[in-house]
Amino acid sequence: MRYTIIGTASKSFPVADPFVSKATTAPDAEIVIYLDAPLKPDPARAAILIELGDESLAEHVGEGGIPNVLGFARYRNGEDAPSQLIELVRQPNAAEAAIDAAKAMFESAGFPVAVSSDQIGRIINRLVLPKYNAALRFLDEGLGTQADMDLTCKLGLGYPDGPIERVVRGGLANHYARTKALFDTYGMSSYAPPRQAIVAFNRSQGSGGSRSMKGQLGF
Amino acid sequence: MSRKISTVGVCGAGGSMGAGIALVAARAGFRTISYDVSNETLVRAGRQSEAFLDKSVDRGKLTKEERDKIVSGMSRTTCVEALGECDLVIEAIFENLIIKQELLKRLDAVCSGNAIFASNTSTLSITEIASGSRNPERVVGMHFCLPAQLMRLIEMSPGILTSGETFSTAWEWTKACNQIPVKTQDKPGFILNALLVPFNNDAIRAVEAGVASAEDVDRAIKVGLGYKMGPLELIDLIGLDTQVRLCETFYPITLDPRAAAPPLLKRMVAAGLLGRKSGRGFFSYEGNAMFGA
Repeated sequence: MRYTIIGTASKSFPVADPFVSKATTAPDAEIVIYLDAPLKPDPARAAILIELGDESLAEHVGEGGIPNVLGFARYRNGEDAPSQLIELVRQPNAAEAAIDAAKAMFESAGFPVAVSSDQIGRIINRLVLPKYNAALRFLDEGLGTQADMDLTCKLGLGYPDGPIERVVRGGLANHYARTKALFDTYGMSSYAPPRQAIVAFNRSQGSGGSRSMKGQLGF
Repeated sequence: MSRKISTVGVCGAGGSMGAGIALVAARAGFRTISYDVSNETLVRAGRQSEAFLDKSVDRGKLTKEERDKIVSGMSRTTCVEALGECDLVIEAIFENLIIKQELLKRLDAVCSGNAIFASNTSTLSITEIASGSRNPERVVGMHFCLPAQLMRLIEMSPGILTSGETFSTAWEWTKACNQIPVKTQDKPGFILNALLVPFNNDAIRAVEAGVASAEDVDRAIKVGLGYKMGPLELIDLIGLDTQVRLCETFYPITLDPRAAAPPLLKRMVAAGLLGRKSGRGFFSYEGNAMFGA
């Protein structure tokens, strides 16, 4: 299935990504992907995809949605390189044919797809951010050292990396932004930005960039 | 400063965790006494342990001589008095505070004044368990991971009254067993379960709220985060009823809403969908179909 891409800036597909270079310029591509560009509905397309950040698909198409318009994001841990996972976002009235077409396109390009309803945080951030927040809180409370908490998760659960090393690597200021989006939407304390992320964010506002904060937090 | 450990007792050694701990001790060269109330479960666990060691020989991880030496260092008993000679007794019995405290009282009566008592509890307070002993300074938390004979991590927790000597002796013993200890405070779930139980509940709630199917939740977590197992597959493995019990222990202590058992979990347990052991949980283990979306 042919796809065309409109727009360039993308967190999912950095410049020179093979997926982007294989896009067609043909005007009649079955799928249109919008990367940071305004949506133009077109019911003739098999599927239209909008890259999402922290916002919901409804912000682009309204709560009623458009059957062949879906959202998507390639999951990445903060400022880490994107993972292979595509979170495909659907609204209740999404056309199954559009979902099937989008899944087939991504999977044929080597991206496993998980379908999510139109929720802030989609699947992964909704589930892991509270865990990272808890780990950071436990660290403050002295439950264990960062090294022991990360080691426990790696040895005891087989995780490839520990929760604290992961959130620090992805950028604590970035973690602040992700958790704040969920907290503002759902109001649940488990999503509230943790102390360390607030500190990192505030410092980044004053000294330019979350990455520069990594080495200054003493982790 | 730590004391010398020569003989180790394991209470609840008829169960899979206790049997695994006994193997860890015996494999490290400690004389090991497996204790349980049922001789039948002890015999069965002994057979399983020997089968495990036989496989280790087959895979070249042990020689036949090493295997025989380990087995000869293991004995079993249904008589708690037989633990009197132990320098270290590790309990891995039913996760119930009163029962653990009663066991400690019995061990106080039969063991020497230097013996150390370690609890493998995953959720209960070490300090509360130790309050059942006349010697709380000799009680320490020593939480192994299942299967203990394969997993090297041990969460080590001192209770409020645990002496430094007790903790360091127990810590050094775990290292002598080629395990990897980490130190945690005496808090519900220590590190592992304090992070895992609410996370697993959140995954159940995501399915219940229609965020994604069980299959999509697990795929997202495995592909996106690199976990070996998705949370719902993991709950199926440990048992949905076990997850409910963990929640019932955690929630009253922590009052953390994430630790409360999700309604879907309770409904599935009521329906007999307990996970792998019943053939169906969030996934079916006959047709591998998904359930719960």
